[in-house]
Amino acid sequence: MRITLWGTRGSRGGGSETYRYGSHTSCVEVAGSDGTTLVLDAGSGLRRLGDAATGSWDRVDLLLSHLHVDHVEGLAAFLPGLDADVEVSVRGPATATSHFSTRIARYLSPPLFPVRLRDLRRVHLADATSEPFRIGCFTVRAEFVIHAGPTVGFRIDDDAGPSLAYLPDHEPALGAERFPMHPTWTSGFALADGVDVLIHDAQLTAAEYAVRRGTGHCAIDDALVFAELSGVRRLVTFHHDHDDAELDRIHHDARHAHPWSFELVPGRAGATLEVA
Amino acid sequence: MEQQPIELILTRRWAALLAMPVWVMDVDGNLVFYNEPAEALVGARFDEVGPIHASELAKRFETTALDGEPIPNEDLPIVVALREWAPSHMELRARALDGAWRLLAITAVPIVGHDAKLLGALAAFWEHR
Repeated sequence: MRITLWGTRGSRGGGSETYRYGSHTSCVEVAGSDGTTLVLDAGSGLRRLGDAATGSWDRVDLLLSHLHVDHVEGLAAFLPGLDADVEVSVRGPATATSHFSTRIARYLSPPLFPVRLRDLRRVHLADATSEPFRIGCFTVRAEFVIHAGPTVGFRIDDDAGPSLAYLPDHEPALGAERFPMHPTWTSGFALADGVDVLIHDAQLTAAEYAVRRGTGHCAIDDALVFAELSGVRRLVTFHHDHDDAELDRIHHDARHAHPWSFELVPGRAGATLEVA
Repeated sequence: MEQQPIELILTRRWAALLAMPVWVMDVDGNLVFYNEPAEALVGARFDEVGPIHASELAKRFETTALDGEPIPNEDLPIVVALREWAPSHMELRARALDGAWRLLAITAVPIVGHDAKLLGALAAFWEHR
């Protein structure tokens, strides 16, 4: 499995002050053992991926964690740029009353988007479900997690062995009497349990979280504890909202806070992880 | 290790913040969480006893109607909420682990999650003194 980070920022993009960690919002490419490629979220990083890959695929499978703008803003630039014969499958969360197709169509329709999705003949939309589904060599499972609004995380298992959990926007400590709680009572645990790579929200410092509780995002301290609880091999921090210098300091402090049982990988756009 | 559905996790966290007694049941009728105000009704701290299996609940709690007649288990609000996917309310007398009889009003509501799946029920208690 090869994981490429195309956009790791959250909520708002960055500029020259985020040169090393990147300025684009959520988008991750996952290539499997048989060549299958998945794309996780469609933030502005999707356009970079599209620019790099145009013409080299005949099918794109997109999995959207939720429909906040920083996770879908890349679609409007990406979809029209594809060759007409490329099959596109997009899955994302439904609500109790609306299928994903209805929800995403509200964004990808005039006046926000010049074309209606139903007019893009090779775009297929489906609900992301907790029932595992197959995409090439991958078994994919979606589960609702704690964030603002209907949001899923994904677990992706390659037939060849490697596994990935993707929880870009997640507040597992919300309302917890103490954190971490038992795994049974921890949002996202079923997805992250024992994976090789966990990509997880680490947007806030502990001090910021103290005054931004309930916004749906995670303190890096809680992301570290969640990774430890889940027994992952690598934690990739994600959804950054600080500049490069601050992120260097935050990760330095996090790395030295405890003898973690996993490798801490600062999520930098452009980075590639090989997972055997 | 199984993780509870997110709807039950959030129900538990909400219940933990409330000042009225609340039980959270799973779909099989097991008492998977009760909050601190409910500890007096159960007669034990949740941190000490943990979840209580459905089969244990009936043994631990004696209930009667207000006139003293026994209440069939299948008529209890939590059982009705889980069976009929509908809210259920009742006033009754109950004796829990501490041996004290209490006059209680109980409202049980099913927890139906995404995909219209029954995930459990919550029950709120009011004690008449």
